[in-house]
Amino acid sequence: MSTHSHAHDDHHGHDHGDGASHGTFNSYLIGFILSVILTAIPFWLVMDGVLDSKVATAAWIMGLGVVQIVVHMVYFLHMNTKSEGGWNMLALIFTLVIVAIAIAGSLWVMYHLNTNMMPQMDHEMIRSFG
Amino acid sequence: MTMANTTASQTEAPVFYLKEEHHPQNGTMLGFWLYLMSDCLIFAILFATHGVLGRNYAAGPAPVDLFDLELVAINTSMLLFSSITYGFAMLAMEKGSIKGTQTWLAITGLFGIAFVGLELYEFHHLWYIGATPMRSGFLSSFYTLVATHGLHVTFGIIWLVTLMVQVAKRGLIVENKRRLMCLSLFWHFLDVIWIGVFSVVYLLGVLG
Amino acid sequence: MFSNPDLLHFIFGRLSLESFPMFHEPILAVTFAGVVLGGIVVLGALTYFKLWGYLWREWITSIDHKKIGIMYIILALVMLLRGFADAIMMRAQQAIAFGDVAGYLPPDHYDQIFTAHGVIMIFFVAMPLVTGLMNFVVPLQIGARDVAFPFLNNFSFWMTTAGAITVMISLFVGEFAKTGWLAYPPLSDIVYSPGVGVDYYIWALQIAGVGTLLSGVNLIVTIVKMRAPGMSMMKMPVFTWTSLCTNILIVAAFPVLTAVLVLLSLDRYVGTNFFTNDLGGNAMMYVNLIWIWGHPEVYILILPAFGVFSEVVSTFCRKRLFGYSSMVYATIVITILSYLVWLHHFFTMGSGASVNAFFGITTMIISIPTGAKIFNWLFTMYKGRISFDVPMLWTMGFMLTFVIGGMTGVMLAVPPADFVLHNSLFLIAHFHNVIIGGVVFGMFAGIVYWFPKAFGYKLDPFWGKMSFWFWLVGFYFAFMPLYVLGLMGVTRRMNHFDDGSLQIWFIIAAFGAVLIAIGIASFLMSLVVSFIKREELRDETGDPWDARTLEWSTSSPPPAYNFAFTPVVHDLDAWADMKKRGYVRPTSGFLDIHMPKNTGAGAILAGMSLVLGFALIWHIWWLVAVSFIALIGTAIAHTFNYNRDYHIPASEVVATEEERTALLAKQQA
Repeated sequence: MSTHSHAHDDHHGHDHGDGASHGTFNSYLIGFILSVILTAIPFWLVMDGVLDSKVATAAWIMGLGVVQIVVHMVYFLHMNTKSEGGWNMLALIFTLVIVAIAIAGSLWVMYHLNTNMMPQMDHEMIRSFG
Repeated sequence: MTMANTTASQTEAPVFYLKEEHHPQNGTMLGFWLYLMSDCLIFAILFATHGVLGRNYAAGPAPVDLFDLELVAINTSMLLFSSITYGFAMLAMEKGSIKGTQTWLAITGLFGIAFVGLELYEFHHLWYIGATPMRSGFLSSFYTLVATHGLHVTFGIIWLVTLMVQVAKRGLIVENKRRLMCLSLFWHFLDVIWIGVFSVVYLLGVLG
Repeated sequence: MFSNPDLLHFIFGRLSLESFPMFHEPILAVTFAGVVLGGIVVLGALTYFKLWGYLWREWITSIDHKKIGIMYIILALVMLLRGFADAIMMRAQQAIAFGDVAGYLPPDHYDQIFTAHGVIMIFFVAMPLVTGLMNFVVPLQIGARDVAFPFLNNFSFWMTTAGAITVMISLFVGEFAKTGWLAYPPLSDIVYSPGVGVDYYIWALQIAGVGTLLSGVNLIVTIVKMRAPGMSMMKMPVFTWTSLCTNILIVAAFPVLTAVLVLLSLDRYVGTNFFTNDLGGNAMMYVNLIWIWGHPEVYILILPAFGVFSEVVSTFCRKRLFGYSSMVYATIVITILSYLVWLHHFFTMGSGASVNAFFGITTMIISIPTGAKIFNWLFTMYKGRISFDVPMLWTMGFMLTFVIGGMTGVMLAVPPADFVLHNSLFLIAHFHNVIIGGVVFGMFAGIVYWFPKAFGYKLDPFWGKMSFWFWLVGFYFAFMPLYVLGLMGVTRRMNHFDDGSLQIWFIIAAFGAVLIAIGIASFLMSLVVSFIKREELRDETGDPWDARTLEWSTSSPPPAYNFAFTPVVHDLDAWADMKKRGYVRPTSGFLDIHMPKNTGAGAILAGMSLVLGFALIWHIWWLVAVSFIALIGTAIAHTFNYNRDYHIPASEVVATEEERTALLAKQQA
């Protein structure tokens, strides 16, 4: 490639049009330690049957999962409200809304269909694996 | 009309064009982020499908009969290690160290390979005991969700190797740095998806 | 060797001599002969006039957004002819097949035709029209030199084309799906559709879907990053706004389609149980998921049309658009609400009252921002100096027709009413009412409006008006009878009726289809006549309609670099502002312009995808492996090419611009 257009691209790169923020050694390490802890707790809860209530365990798993996703977003994906002039964050929020609609909506709709159309569905759920 | 230049300047017309070259910001990182968002929706649909079909065992095996959480924990740690090593590769890249970048990339790739290998081992085992994707709605959705993630990791590894070759050939030029940052987003994004997978599919599954 | 069935099966998969229906179906035999003859003539002409090199260099490998936009629209017009041929065949069949008369299409063939009609019209006519128009107009409207990712743009176009070619191949090799345009399982599962039809459907949409998604990402980044200095979000032209929202919808909806089709393919190819009747599958999940894509898709198509109407109304009423910000907010609200209404496509599936009520209400709510837009256009026209040029005619035809379609839509949004009307011809009439009255009219308005920008001469108004009136009147003749029939309870997708009293309505509808055919022919005529009379219709100002947005500030057709100097924007309707405040076109000080290079990689990758799709459809596994590896290998090899741009030397810019200066001076004189 010609040096001319090369220099040109350097120029692009330098105005931080990439808008990406970068981590430091410490931020990566903090993120890593936090995610190890946040991964270990739910595994421990399930593998050792720490809590009696299944609902409580499930709630902890989901809650810790969400926290860990946030940790990854902040420390590894370097999400903040400023990168790319806020468009990254806007896109993320929009996507999360759509994801929530798609998952919650599907579960709600299909649950309704099942209860209305197939009340005998329950037998499907009975396991009989040796 | 060409003669009108002078008259225009008298009425002090505002500036209607740039005299120098205009350089819009490079859009690659934003574009790649948007692609990741779309990928995120593919996973959302697979999660939704698993949510709806995940308990349709069709008198077949259930998660508690199948999943070995210790294996999943090891697998998860492979991915976590690969995340921080990719982070170190990025730090080395920032410092302009080709050797450091390449070394950390290679280590990341090895962790990735270990992850995919363990997943294949798990699938092979399940298949062997008769828990195939054809067995029930639950197993169809399980295999599809987990394998889609695994395929993404596999493509990530192929991409990583490609980038290592490109860095070796051309060094840490702007394009290569940008590509490494895209792969960084991709790699960490797969981590985030995996959090969903081990929480929802494995842990909640085994919990019953 | 060739008598070995295993070997034959290895080499050709499911493909055999019986796969070629033109040997036993007379209709297809005639069509095939026609296509072959036409193809030979075209290829012969290309060779005779030595156009292959020109085509490859200037069009196929072009990364110029203007040329890609034009190619999208050509693709759409070609596919429109195919989709319309399907339509008129259905109308003819339904007009004659009563009582003892079976008609000329057996059910097996009829089912393929209505499926192909739907798939082609949505994916390969409406989508390329919309994408093509956005591609051509958006960079010009925002004062950019090209899109953010020019190579991806070329690749996207060729992937869309590869999808279209896949559908076209199904006409002569094998069959197309007989399942309706959304291929609901269990009918589309391997048990009930063992043939290749559904596989053609799946792979055509998957290949085209890649293109659609990438072009969505591309245009979002273009609009976000490449606007001219001074053009804040609230100074963007409305068409750019609607394009932005459409592309957001594309990026947030097409992955859903991709995922659903993957699940359906797994059911068909691997034997999984997502949508099967037993072993824990649930076919209703498919319906649920595909409409999560399907409803936003409707708005993907209509929003750009709304944008076109906004530009056309303000241009031809010589006024700033009434209620710009309400128009923008209405568009954003529609973008989000479009994700909350999908269940209204299957009210009858058996969800409870609370679910149906929720989605019924959200559906009614979404008509509010749309209604607000209609009022904005009306108020723009109020006290405007309206000139009734062809784009304005389309716009007014749209406003009348779309309101009717919108009202029948609100009727269908009421779940109890939907229980009566679901799957009836009333529904067919409703969505043709909004898609023809909205999208098609909008795209024609857009094509006529921007044609002089693309080619430097206007379209002949006589044939344009012919086209408009035949379409408009034809539409009412073709679809009003379907409302009546639907209210009487006639269901869709029937190829034969027993009750002779219905026939008169179908005959009226068929007459309407003939009028629409004349409308299409008139449009093609307008292209031909205008080309012949191009010197007479020539526009040398670059601004034939005295329009208001930036694309009209450059020459027609614009140079490869669009703008010699990047414009600076001070106001909404930047070009109107520039004209009002004495903008003087710069004639000196030109610099080198940095542009992306053409590349054949997009066409080559899309060609490989086409081969991969064909091999997957016919279970030719060795070819699947070969083409897949080739595809990945080529894609990787392409990333090793770092040398992707060049500079247009200032001398060339000077020459181009001086030519235009001379033209303008001649006009002044």
